[in-house]
Amino acid sequence: MTAPLKKQTQYLMGNIAAAEGALAAGCRFFGGYPITPSSEIMEHMAKVLPGKGGVFMQMEDELGSIAAVVGASWAGAKAMTATSGPGFSLMQETIGYAAITETPCVIIDVQRAGPATGQATRPGSGDIIQAKHGSHGDYEIIALAPSSVQEMYDLTIRAFNLSEKFRVPTFVMTDEGIGHLREGAVLHKDFETINRRKEPGTMPFDTDDPLFVPPMPIFGDGENLLVTGSTHDGWGYRKVEQPEVHERLVKRLRQKILDHRDEIIETSEDFTKDAELLVIAYGFVARSARKAVKVLREKGYKAGLLRLKTLWPFPKDIVARLTSVAHKVIVPEMNYGQVAGEVAKVSKSEVIPYCRVNGEVISSIELIRELERHVS
Amino acid sequence: MSRVHEQWIRPGIAKTTFCAGCGHGILMNAVLRAVETLKIPPRELLFVSGIGCAAWIPSPNFNADTLHTLHGRAVAFAVGAKSFNPKLNVIVISGDGDIASIGGNHLIHAARRNDDITVICASNENYGMTGGQTGPTTRLGGLTATHPAGNPYKPFDLVHLVLAAGAQYAARYTVTQPRALSNAIERAVSTKGFCFIETISPCPTQFGRRNRFDQIDKLYDDLVSRYITRQEAHKMDPKDTVEKIVTGEWFRGEVMP
Repeated sequence: MTAPLKKQTQYLMGNIAAAEGALAAGCRFFGGYPITPSSEIMEHMAKVLPGKGGVFMQMEDELGSIAAVVGASWAGAKAMTATSGPGFSLMQETIGYAAITETPCVIIDVQRAGPATGQATRPGSGDIIQAKHGSHGDYEIIALAPSSVQEMYDLTIRAFNLSEKFRVPTFVMTDEGIGHLREGAVLHKDFETINRRKEPGTMPFDTDDPLFVPPMPIFGDGENLLVTGSTHDGWGYRKVEQPEVHERLVKRLRQKILDHRDEIIETSEDFTKDAELLVIAYGFVARSARKAVKVLREKGYKAGLLRLKTLWPFPKDIVARLTSVAHKVIVPEMNYGQVAGEVAKVSKSEVIPYCRVNGEVISSIELIRELERHVS
Repeated sequence: MSRVHEQWIRPGIAKTTFCAGCGHGILMNAVLRAVETLKIPPRELLFVSGIGCAAWIPSPNFNADTLHTLHGRAVAFAVGAKSFNPKLNVIVISGDGDIASIGGNHLIHAARRNDDITVICASNENYGMTGGQTGPTTRLGGLTATHPAGNPYKPFDLVHLVLAAGAQYAARYTVTQPRALSNAIERAVSTKGFCFIETISPCPTQFGRRNRFDQIDKLYDDLVSRYITRQEAHKMDPKDTVEKIVTGEWFRGEVMP
């Protein structure tokens, strides 16, 4: 998980690596509001973005941050914000707006222990369900979960690419543990950059293309755009009383993500081929889980790890496949079973959540103890 | 609407959604007259609006880029678009509930930062689209769906609010002063910095009928009888101006009021 030490390896903080990933991916607008434990991302962007011809705006609140991000995205920017639970809650209405208007934007949520103000300086994973279901109505988003400083860089780049390709709000669901972790990472330039597709004169809000993603013009192109959060037809005209228009729109917003799960979903597996005891983990806890599974293997137990780098759309096919081999599935996470619930929906075997919500990360030592309890 | 303005109307738009007697049609005309006079190419114009009757003035009617956003957030969306592409002339048009109540924080902070946008607030003393509830500009004692015994609160003085927050320019006109209104919009759009125009635009359907203005013209007669100019206000005893609507232009750094 930690990058091998190479010549270009830098020693840096997770939040800084995420900001660097955004810059490398072409982010040129940041709108934000200070909140622990995410503020280093904002401060780094404030320092670096203007020198790259980008725009940094400190907004009056998180409602304003995400609104400015969506406005800037339609003005042509690859745009982002970074926040934590309380701010993420405030942004939810506009996240729904970004979903229905198909606005590319990236939000990094450096999660802390909630609810409410909770433990502002301690890690948690309590926003996973909110990331998918936080705004009203039915819509799909993409959420990624880094487990290392290197992945803060790599997955932030990936978040921009997916967001631009699918015209969808994309979240990097990290936590205080990874955000403030300092370790080696390589800020490489070895990646593909995806930019939104422009096709003058075509409908910006509907398509028959099998990708289900229409091209996206921007303000100032002379396209006389009609962007609205109300139900709209392919050209953006409000059509709020036609059932067929609403259904077609909402169905496509789902399809464009769910029909491309194979392309969007990334996972990694350790010893899963014959694993009878399967651990499913993500984020910081996946680091502890990896160590625990390795120790159990050394002790001769058939333990394996499925690490989720994509949380939404949920990797249900992979979970279903691996749980058909395993006898038991342990899901350690820093909430009361938010991902365990998703696993249980598709699991072929018993799902055992291992929950922790006190702001302490789940250590490999206690996880080894827990896993041993289930094999003996 | 004069034929000159037809090029600014989106093809296929045959009528507005405004009720009989609503002032928003006059405001619509004043905005188009201003951008027409300034000869701004449509592709350099972005109209941003929130939620409510006034938010439907630009969207979908105006034949330029339009961003119809969420309730209260229009100013923040506008700030994002303008800051990334300063070539855009960004004009926010929305109602008083949208801009001064649910969106009040964005309004004062955009004024404080002196963001280079124009905000046109159509004040109609109530939430028209949702059925006539009290708004931030409802007059003291005004009868509304949520204060049937009379609004117990004083309305916002939006012009002085934004000036105190740091706006470059502010104006207030009623829709019964269409030429002055249009000239003010012209000045706001061509002035750098945060410019704000409050337009008093009556709502006969919701506010008029609850406040015993049985005919639309009575609501307009009331408006005409209540508005005064800044110059007139200066000559009056301040306590006599409380019931009046003071109209005119205000510039940053001027001695108030």
